[in-house]
Amino acid sequence: MRKVILGVLICMFACGAAFAADDVIRIGFFNSLTGQNAFGGQLELEGVQLAMKEIPEIIGKKVELVIVDNKSDKVESANAVTRLIENDKVSAIIGSYGSSLTMAGSEVAEVGRVPLLTTSSTNPLVTQDKKFTFRACFIDPQQGAGAATYAIRTLGYKKAALLVDVANDYSVGLAAFFRNSFVKLGGEIVSDMRYNSGDQDFTAQLTEIISKEPDVVLLPAYFAEGAIILKQARELGAKFRFMGGDAMDNPEMVTLAGEAIEGFIYTGFAYAPDMPDMNPVAAKFTELWKKEYPGKETNANAALGYDCYMMYVDAITRAGSADPEKIRDALEATKDLPTVTGVTTLDADHNPQKDIGILEIKDGKKTFVGTVVPEM
Amino acid sequence: MNFSMFLQHFTNALGLGSMYGLIAIGYTMVYGILRLINFAHGDIFMLGAYFVFFATIQYKIPWALGLVIAVLGATACGLLVDRIAYRPLRDAPRISALISAIGVSFFIENASIVAFTGVPRNVIQPKLLMEPFALGTVRLIPLSLMVPVISFVLAAGLLWVIYRTKQGLAMRSISHDIETTRLMGVSVDKTIALTFAIGSALAAVAGIMWALRYPKVEPLMGMMPGFKAFIAAVFGGVGSVAGAMLGGLSLGFIEIMSVAFFPKLSGYRDAFAFVLLIVILLVKPTGLLGEKLEDKI
Repeated sequence: MRKVILGVLICMFACGAAFAADDVIRIGFFNSLTGQNAFGGQLELEGVQLAMKEIPEIIGKKVELVIVDNKSDKVESANAVTRLIENDKVSAIIGSYGSSLTMAGSEVAEVGRVPLLTTSSTNPLVTQDKKFTFRACFIDPQQGAGAATYAIRTLGYKKAALLVDVANDYSVGLAAFFRNSFVKLGGEIVSDMRYNSGDQDFTAQLTEIISKEPDVVLLPAYFAEGAIILKQARELGAKFRFMGGDAMDNPEMVTLAGEAIEGFIYTGFAYAPDMPDMNPVAAKFTELWKKEYPGKETNANAALGYDCYMMYVDAITRAGSADPEKIRDALEATKDLPTVTGVTTLDADHNPQKDIGILEIKDGKKTFVGTVVPEM
Repeated sequence: MNFSMFLQHFTNALGLGSMYGLIAIGYTMVYGILRLINFAHGDIFMLGAYFVFFATIQYKIPWALGLVIAVLGATACGLLVDRIAYRPLRDAPRISALISAIGVSFFIENASIVAFTGVPRNVIQPKLLMEPFALGTVRLIPLSLMVPVISFVLAAGLLWVIYRTKQGLAMRSISHDIETTRLMGVSVDKTIALTFAIGSALAAVAGIMWALRYPKVEPLMGMMPGFKAFIAAVFGGVGSVAGAMLGGLSLGFIEIMSVAFFPKLSGYRDAFAFVLLIVILLVKPTGLLGEKLEDKI
C-alpha cells in the first residue's frame, strides 16, 4: 500500500512539474555542445543566451531555455528533439548547427507539430516541403554559387578541384552548387575527390589533386577536418588556393591550422565583428557581446543564434500566444525583420534571402573582404 | 599515374599503415595473452594524446618529459582499467569481460567529454618534426619517417619481451592455460597487469604519434583508429605481433592505393579496405600470419 501511495505521489509530482508553470514560455535548444561541431554549437548557444538576457520576457511570460546536447550525432539529434517535445513540452525549438543534425531533429518536430528554427543549417533540403521547419540563414545554392562567382569573376580562376565529405549532406550539397555555378561561368572541374567524416588522413586524395594542378580547391568541410586538410596539403607542397564555406568560420580555426590557413577564402554569413558598414542591429549585437563575453571573439554563428531568438520574439509577440501552431503561423509570416545578418523575410520555402559574405585569412586574422551577389 | 606520384602515395601509405600497426600491436598483445578484445585500447590511446597535450601545452613541460609523463599516465589508466573492470571478471565467462570492456570504453569516452569538453584542441607540433622537405620529387615530413621506425622498434622490443624474458614466458603460458600457470607459482594477476601496462604504454605512444601527425585531440579520437587497428590486428592474425604490424601496413596501403588507382571512387576508401578484409578472412580465417588458435601470442 505504501508503495502505491508513493507511486501516486511521484506521478502527481511529475505531472505537476510538467504542467504547472503556465506563465512560462519554454523554448527548446538542441545543438552540438560536444563532439566535432561543438565550437559552432557553443557559440550559437551563447548568441541565444545573449538575446535572452536582452529580452527575458515575451507577451508577459518569462522565457525558459531548455538546452539539450545532440553530441554532433544524428541519432542523438532526433532523441534531443523528442525529449524537448515530449518531456519538456516546449513551444518552439532552436537548432542545430549542421544540416544533417537539423534534418534528423526536424523529422521529429514535424510530427510533434512544434516549430523548429535552424540557426545555420544551409542545406536546402532542411526546409524543403516542411511545414514546421524554418531557417535564419541563407541556403547552400546561394553560398556555393557565391564562392564560384567570386573565384571566377574576382580572382580569375579557371580550374577547380573539389574535396568533399560524402557522409555529410552540407558538404555534398555545397560542392554540387559550386560545381554548377563554376562550370556555367566558364570554369572547369579538374578533380572531384571524396572522404568520409572522421577521416584524419587525406594524403592520398591531396596527392591526386596536386597532380591535376588546379587554381583553387573547394573544401566544403567542417573546420576541425578542414584545418587538418589544409595542414596536410601544405606538407605535401600544395600551392593552390583553398576556398570553403561557412562551416569553416570559427575563431579556433586559425589555431588549429596554423600557418597553413594563410590566404584561405571562405563564404559566410554577412556578419563579422570587424565588418565595415554594420547595420544597427549588428552594431548593437557586437556591443552587447563585448559586454557579456569580454575577451571572447564573436562570429556569425553567435549572431545567428541571436537572430533566431529575436525571430521567435517577433513571431510570439505577433501570435500573442505560446501555442506552437500559432507561433508557426506567425513565424511563417516574418517580414522585413531587421536582424544582425541582414533584413529577414521568409519566402515560401521558409528561407531568407541574404547576401553572401566573403572572408579571407590574412596574417592569421579573419578579414571580412566584402559581399557578393551569387550568379546561379 | 607517374612514378613520382606513386612514390608519394607509397610514403603516405607507409606513414598511415605503420600508425595503424603501432596501435594494432598493443591490441593484439592483450588479445593474444588474455583472449580479451580490449575495447578500451582506443580510449587509452586517446588519453595518451590528451596527457601529452596537457603536459606540453597547458603546463608547458618540455617535450621529452611530457612524453614520459603521458606514457606513464596512460599506463596507470590501463592498470586501473584492468584492476577495476577486468580482474574481478577473470574467472567469469569471456563474454562478460567483453561487455565490461565495451562498458569501460564508453565510460572513458564520456567521462573525457565531461572532463576535457568535446571541443577539439590543437596540439603544437615540434617544428623539428614537421618541417617538410623534398626527397627527389617526394615531399616528406620527418615525423612520417619516424613513425614506421618507432613502430618497428617497438614491435621488435615487444617480441623480445615475449620470447626472451621470464615475464614473457609467464605471459605465454597464461595464454595457454591460466590455472596451470597459477599452479606453477606464477603471479597471474601481476603478469596480466604487466601485459596491460605494456599494452597501454604502446597505445599511449601511438596516441602521441597520432596527435602529432594529425594535430588535434578530442575525446572520441580513439574510436575510429582503434576500430581500424582492431581490423588490422584481425587481418594480420589476431594475437600475432608481426601479423598486427603487417595487418596495419596492409590496411594503410589498401586505403591509400585504392584512392591512388581509383580516384573516382575515393569516397569508398574504407569500403575497399573492409571488402578486402572480408575476402582475406574468407580465404584464410586466421588472418595473414595467424596460426592455430592455441599457439598465438
